[in-house]
Amino acid sequence: MDQARIRNFSIIAHIDHGKSTLADRILQVTETVSERDMRDQLLDSMELERERGITIKAQAVRVAWKGHQLNLIDTPGHVDFTYEVSRSLQACEGAVLVVDAAQGIEAQTLANAYLAIENDLEIVPVVNKIDLPQADPDGAAHEVAGLIGGDAALVMRISAKTGAGVGEVLDAIVERIPAPGGDLDAPPRALVFDSSYDQYRGVIAFVRVVDGRFETRESVRAMALGTEFEAEELGFMSPARTPVAALEAGEVGYVVTGLKDVSRLRVGDTLTAKRRPAAAPLPGYKDVKPMVFAGLFPTDSDDYPELRDALEKLKLNDAALFYEPETSQALGFGFRCGFLGLLHMEIVRERLEREFDLDLLVTAPNVAYRVEPRNGEPFEVHNPAEMPREVERVEEPYIKASVIVPKEYVGDVMQLCNERRGRFDHMEYLSEERVLLAYELPLGEIVLDFYDQLKSRTRGYASFDYDLAGFREGDLTRVDVLVGGEQVDALSLIIHRDAAYERGKQLVERLREEIPRQMFDVPIQAAIGSRVIARETVKAKRKDVLAKCYGGDITRKRKLLEKQKKGKKRMKQVGGVEVPQEAFLAVLNLNGQKR
Amino acid sequence: MTVVGRSAEHESYADALLADLELARPQLAERLDTVFVGGGTPSYTEQPALVRVLAALPDANEVTVEANPETVTPELAALLRDGGVTRVSLGAQSFDASLLGVLERRATPDDVRRAVHALRDACFDNISLDLLYGIPGQSAAQLERDLAEALALAPEHLSCYELEAKPGTRFSHAWGDELGRQAEAMEGYFARVVERLEMAGFRWYETANFCRSLERDGRQRDLRAQHNLAIWRGHDYVGIGVGAVSTVAGERRRNDPSLRRYEVALRDGVPPPGAVESLDESTQALERVMLGLRLDEPLTLSQGLESVIDREALERLRERGLVARSVDVGSVAARVSLTRRGRFLGGAVTAELLRWPEDGDELTRVEPAGTGATRLAG
Repeated sequence: MDQARIRNFSIIAHIDHGKSTLADRILQVTETVSERDMRDQLLDSMELERERGITIKAQAVRVAWKGHQLNLIDTPGHVDFTYEVSRSLQACEGAVLVVDAAQGIEAQTLANAYLAIENDLEIVPVVNKIDLPQADPDGAAHEVAGLIGGDAALVMRISAKTGAGVGEVLDAIVERIPAPGGDLDAPPRALVFDSSYDQYRGVIAFVRVVDGRFETRESVRAMALGTEFEAEELGFMSPARTPVAALEAGEVGYVVTGLKDVSRLRVGDTLTAKRRPAAAPLPGYKDVKPMVFAGLFPTDSDDYPELRDALEKLKLNDAALFYEPETSQALGFGFRCGFLGLLHMEIVRERLEREFDLDLLVTAPNVAYRVEPRNGEPFEVHNPAEMPREVERVEEPYIKASVIVPKEYVGDVMQLCNERRGRFDHMEYLSEERVLLAYELPLGEIVLDFYDQLKSRTRGYASFDYDLAGFREGDLTRVDVLVGGEQVDALSLIIHRDAAYERGKQLVERLREEIPRQMFDVPIQAAIGSRVIARETVKAKRKDVLAKCYGGDITRKRKLLEKQKKGKKRMKQVGGVEVPQEAFLAVLNLNGQKR
Repeated sequence: MTVVGRSAEHESYADALLADLELARPQLAERLDTVFVGGGTPSYTEQPALVRVLAALPDANEVTVEANPETVTPELAALLRDGGVTRVSLGAQSFDASLLGVLERRATPDDVRRAVHALRDACFDNISLDLLYGIPGQSAAQLERDLAEALALAPEHLSCYELEAKPGTRFSHAWGDELGRQAEAMEGYFARVVERLEMAGFRWYETANFCRSLERDGRQRDLRAQHNLAIWRGHDYVGIGVGAVSTVAGERRRNDPSLRRYEVALRDGVPPPGAVESLDESTQALERVMLGLRLDEPLTLSQGLESVIDREALERLRERGLVARSVDVGSVAARVSLTRRGRFLGGAVTAELLRWPEDGDELTRVEPAGTGATRLAG
């Protein structure tokens, strides 16, 4: 199709502001999907996404509107997937920015709007949910206009739920968003902005063709990774896969690659044709690195092979997921997994438990650290137990955080950020009522219970988003936990020196409560190197006798002893101490892995 | 051998017991080492029935009868003496009226004293008292008083049991919470009992049993309960009566607890119904170790016993000072015993020390059976 009649756009919004509902309504209004086939949030195909109301995997749908081809590129709605969002936005010329008429701008609205501006997109601002009784369309429109520097009168007022104003939004897309301007005669280039895995057809890449033309069955090369494959099928989603003979500059569609491994084709890479390769790839490819790590162990060690298989399967569809085998003397065999962020971790964990029916023990999450040892090359540490005790310097990842709260909670949020080693950056009144607070915080402080704390201290009113802001040196130290004089690998943590004492104390106190009394005193210690910073003792039992045992009691007593011994087999041995798995669980929960 | 409130039935039960004893007679030596009449309160039995049973018993070096203090009159004491009884075990439990009330005992503290005096007057020179500790509401001071009262009666032997409130019983329903609250305070009671009795010259020869030591006894007798000692050393025993248990040649037999079925069978001259548990070699060995370690004398680890010991655990427990190990002069077999601290943790230590067969190895079969006679259950 003539590029002048093509419009490529995304919908961006804070969670629950109605992005998916608007997408659904667009499919209906354009008659891409019949009324009968309409399911709510059709684009969110995974059960989990539907339940959480968020989109994890972006997809692209082609619709027709008044003689134009509109490609709607859905974006993931969470900070963990910022890179995927930015690639999706790069595939567009414009974005519909949706803001809830009752809520106004939230942290993700901001983050997404900035991303769109960075990518030079034309923004079509929309205030949604005007049908709600508590809606304040004018207030919200005013905030949006302030944010993107436009006129509040240009902000559209719609209800995606009832369909009111949706047609006008489509008209605005055609009118305001520029047509793509690729060079049809140049060597072909297409941006991979998403991929998924099909059991039968392998990796399917979602692409925006920027220049030239790709044809079915031709040899294609991914420029960053060098992967080559044949384009087994080209097509677009409508919303089902619809094959076409070719995809041309300006168009959005999919490529069936036949590749059996998602890691061979990464989001952000540029495809070109082997017959006429492009000289340079499209800008912006980044190898996304996991930032948050945690150990995943099966509660029942017999489930280890199932966990391994499940991770393999998840990895097929999730190139950002990283895992490698980990052995803990306390928790047995498992995997150290790397995630883009906390939500990503939660999603993986929930999918493992729900889709694969696994019972998991997840260690406290930690971030990636850059370590310079006294002697030797710098390296990255993903597991506190790998942190050398003697280091020259340690760097930890920092984030730029935006928190938006009603003004009465500003003090609480500032206090929380200060407790978490936050550095105040600036503060801005978005309206008379709502304030944006910008802080720089160590990511390590966020992965514990920051989000929970933020929600509880602001009675749920705060919205929060962040951007990675690079690594910085920190006064960090490794705290080990010793039971019966032996280090419990799964409980080591890396923490700022100022907080080490308090944290160590909490850990040993909790363990003392959880470890059953043994036949001897069990010291529980928290230590930095060889220096003990907190200590508790599980006092020895003073008695354990089978009081009476005469001729008639022997069988019963024998069975009691057998039960006693077999009960111990289910416990983990650490330093000759039997520690029930529940004890580890309690301590790991203390570390705040639960949301 | 009591049927409370049904004294008319005592004679018929005595008939059954005697029939049971006759059936067991071929298994028994002419003269036995020990006889123990217990498993309840034989002293409640109507006297004519009791006389008949005592008369029928084979001769033995030790004949013990269990008695409740309130039943021990001078008349009963004389009857027992004349019936060949050499040792009486009195269920004193406590000398505190309120604690006896908690235990729902009929006896008063004075009953216990009177019973001991009556037995002494009838020339009994081997009297044992049972004491309970860890009774709901029992203070440390009350425990001290109980021990002092018991010692003041100068018994030859004392059995001290921690109160076990079985879950689901009316007692634990009524007192469970109280016991929970006191659990920690009461943890030291056992050690206190041992300390106090040893101070008074008693030998802590078994987990829950104490006897006046050789040196303290004027006649230098071995005052351990010989009947039970034999059981702890793994000897065979025959049980007679409803619910009685026998262990003979690797077979454990438990008579059915129904009095009616017991009497009906014996009236017909057939062994009473019951269940048999076959004890394979490793089970016998496990029991030998379990029982042997209750004693203060070392247990010789013959080859059979060696096989049920977890060697790693033995080393670990030795390092922790809970188990002692020695080798006999001129013998290859090691001997093990629990250290003093190990004895306070006997159950846990023994459980850890033993090596159990894996699941499914257990060879037990249960079938109806009969016969049983050194132990007379009532």
